[in-house]
Amino acid sequence: MKIHIKNGRLIDPKNGIDAVQDIFIAKGKIVAIGAAPSEFQASRVIDAQGLVVCPGLVDLSVRLREPGLEYMATLESEMAAAVAGGVTSIACPPDTDPPLDEPGLVEMLKHRAKNLNQAHVYPIGALTQGLKGERLTEMAELNDAGCVVFGQSDGLLPNLRVLMQAMRYASTFGFSVWLRPQEITLTGDGVAHDGEVATRLGLLTVPVCAETIAIANIVLLAKEIGVSVHLCRISSAEGLAMIRVAKQQGLPITCDVTINHLHLSDMDIGFFDSNCHLMPPLRGFSDRDALRHGLLDGTVDAICSDHAPVDEDAKLLPFAQSDVGATGVELLLPLTLKWAAEMRLPLLKALARITTEPARILGIDAGHLSVGSAADICIFDPDHYWKVTPAAIQSQGKNTPFMGMELPGGVKYTLVNGHIVYEH
Amino acid sequence: MINRNPQLDEHGTLQHLLTTEGLPASVLLHILDTAESFVGVTERDVKKIPLLRGKSIFNLFFEPSTRTRTTFEIAAKRLSADVFNLNIAVSAQSKGETLLDTVNNLSAMNADMFVVRHSQSGAAHLIAKHVQPDIHVINAGDGSHAHPTQALLDMFTIRRYKRDFRNLRVAIIGDILHSRVARSQIHALTTLGVPEVRVIAPKTLLPKMVERLGVHVYHDMAKGLKDIDVLMMLRLQNERMKGANLPSPEEYFKYYGLTPEKLALARRDAIVMHPGPMNRGVEIDSEVADGKQSVILPQVTFGIAVRMAVMSILAGNQV
Repeated sequence: MKIHIKNGRLIDPKNGIDAVQDIFIAKGKIVAIGAAPSEFQASRVIDAQGLVVCPGLVDLSVRLREPGLEYMATLESEMAAAVAGGVTSIACPPDTDPPLDEPGLVEMLKHRAKNLNQAHVYPIGALTQGLKGERLTEMAELNDAGCVVFGQSDGLLPNLRVLMQAMRYASTFGFSVWLRPQEITLTGDGVAHDGEVATRLGLLTVPVCAETIAIANIVLLAKEIGVSVHLCRISSAEGLAMIRVAKQQGLPITCDVTINHLHLSDMDIGFFDSNCHLMPPLRGFSDRDALRHGLLDGTVDAICSDHAPVDEDAKLLPFAQSDVGATGVELLLPLTLKWAAEMRLPLLKALARITTEPARILGIDAGHLSVGSAADICIFDPDHYWKVTPAAIQSQGKNTPFMGMELPGGVKYTLVNGHIVYEH
Repeated sequence: MINRNPQLDEHGTLQHLLTTEGLPASVLLHILDTAESFVGVTERDVKKIPLLRGKSIFNLFFEPSTRTRTTFEIAAKRLSADVFNLNIAVSAQSKGETLLDTVNNLSAMNADMFVVRHSQSGAAHLIAKHVQPDIHVINAGDGSHAHPTQALLDMFTIRRYKRDFRNLRVAIIGDILHSRVARSQIHALTTLGVPEVRVIAPKTLLPKMVERLGVHVYHDMAKGLKDIDVLMMLRLQNERMKGANLPSPEEYFKYYGLTPEKLALARRDAIVMHPGPMNRGVEIDSEVADGKQSVILPQVTFGIAVRMAVMSILAGNQV
């Protein structure tokens, strides 16, 4: 199918383009930008007048809940949600049931995802068997099966000796290690930031040092071993400051924040809103502001949705007993646009945080619009505000702290490999 | 997004009693004043009045409690309500029924009021959010969050003995970190205009930023008790006496237990309170607990009148 996208405002952070230009697609690839190739006969013309045409988004943390957790969500529901959010490449944490620690499971997931013909799925392999932090997984085999990076998801970090060996082993093959910094002995049963809100509500807390101590350990190990490390879902100003120093030293370290931590603080828990039961916990205003600025100055490399659909009943419980997580893949673009507007940041720079940068971290050829590259494209109306309602969300998970809010950025078309996989 | 205080309706009328936080002084004082009128009832030969005749009150105790449940039951019966006690810790929940399922089932039995005790902070708020609008919820203790009727009976007791809140120094002593009682007391005291509220505890038993609740923090009893008019002792749970919070009950008693010597550091007319049940020889010496300055037993008596007041106000009955 040959597609001509005309009159759109093309924004491609990688190539530094922000201009009204046409795109021509054939055989799944971008064949020309600007002028049409000779004898190009479009079978479909998309008029993108007033719309932004950008690379399909890359989301570094989307839980598809398969295998094993289909009561929360299915591959069908969440893959549909991803493309409805303009997301064309997704990294899936290994915290499925069983965890993604065997090549067969990864192959099955890749196969199922491929048959759905929607977003590209990049499973994050488990770093240790069963995510238990004891024995290494067959990383090279898992890589053959399709895992590009390795991590522990929200599971506990291995003890330091095992972690060091896991990093060494991963670095043997050039794999990067993705870790959410969390010292589990300090996290304990904590569910909220150690601050005034938790003190008022009588909730068990997760101190900031649970994050900073883990960052210190990980950074020192990464330095010792020379492995590239991605720190997932940073929540605190202090943690960010440590990462800034590590980056200044030239260590191969990257990090991301979630859409939730970019916009919310522990105050949003209000009267025990279980939609704000997230991990790491939402922290204070000063932490949130540090993350917003860290993303601006590049200390934070990327924004992820940390998409975690959960069963509705599992949120109708007292705060600490409710399931952790929020749906989010459809809010990645709107909440990035909201952040950019609030920080007065041009779209070209803002979109880099959900296209070029996450693609670089994941090590994939995606997140840009170059002639010859796969036609993974998101077309959205930046001025369209829509209300987040259960019906407006494709994901099976309807749990988000942003429910009821009006957010900018309506996705009109999503293309994967030159196919229109979503149209609104 | 912060919603309206879920305890009040759009006219500012009390719908549920979930916490003392965020309630205006007028609401707290109305409860105390109403309770005054019920103290007489509890002292009569015939201790019943028909204010809640025909109303069904369910005591939902997801956590074991004898004293609090009994005082709620007595209060409801003195108002002529029908009382149903459900000890849910050993029934529905162990069969896998969720909290809201239990509540919905009971609502279907035409309940008018739920008195809820639960081990999780926020449980009463959750129930209040999901019951039909004509059902009222009273929080009888949720996790470490709130225990508003205890705090109100404490305020009632203080007012009985000290008259005016606005010239008092009050100290709350013990395990503030895990105490729903302490949190509710702090909010009630500051709302009612007590100019100086102190908390006295080792650092392992204090939550972070507790001073933001409007209290002064002390770690030393000798300093903290100086010029104090009201001492509010807290119970130290057995499981917290040895381990990572405290080394031993003996050391705790030596430094934070209320002995006659330490009590002598407060004002001579200071009163001593305790929400019960007491650990004698851990947080309080028997000589103090049974001494002249102790108002611990009157607290229990007033607790019934205060709970009667809360129930009748929620049911919309003015006295």
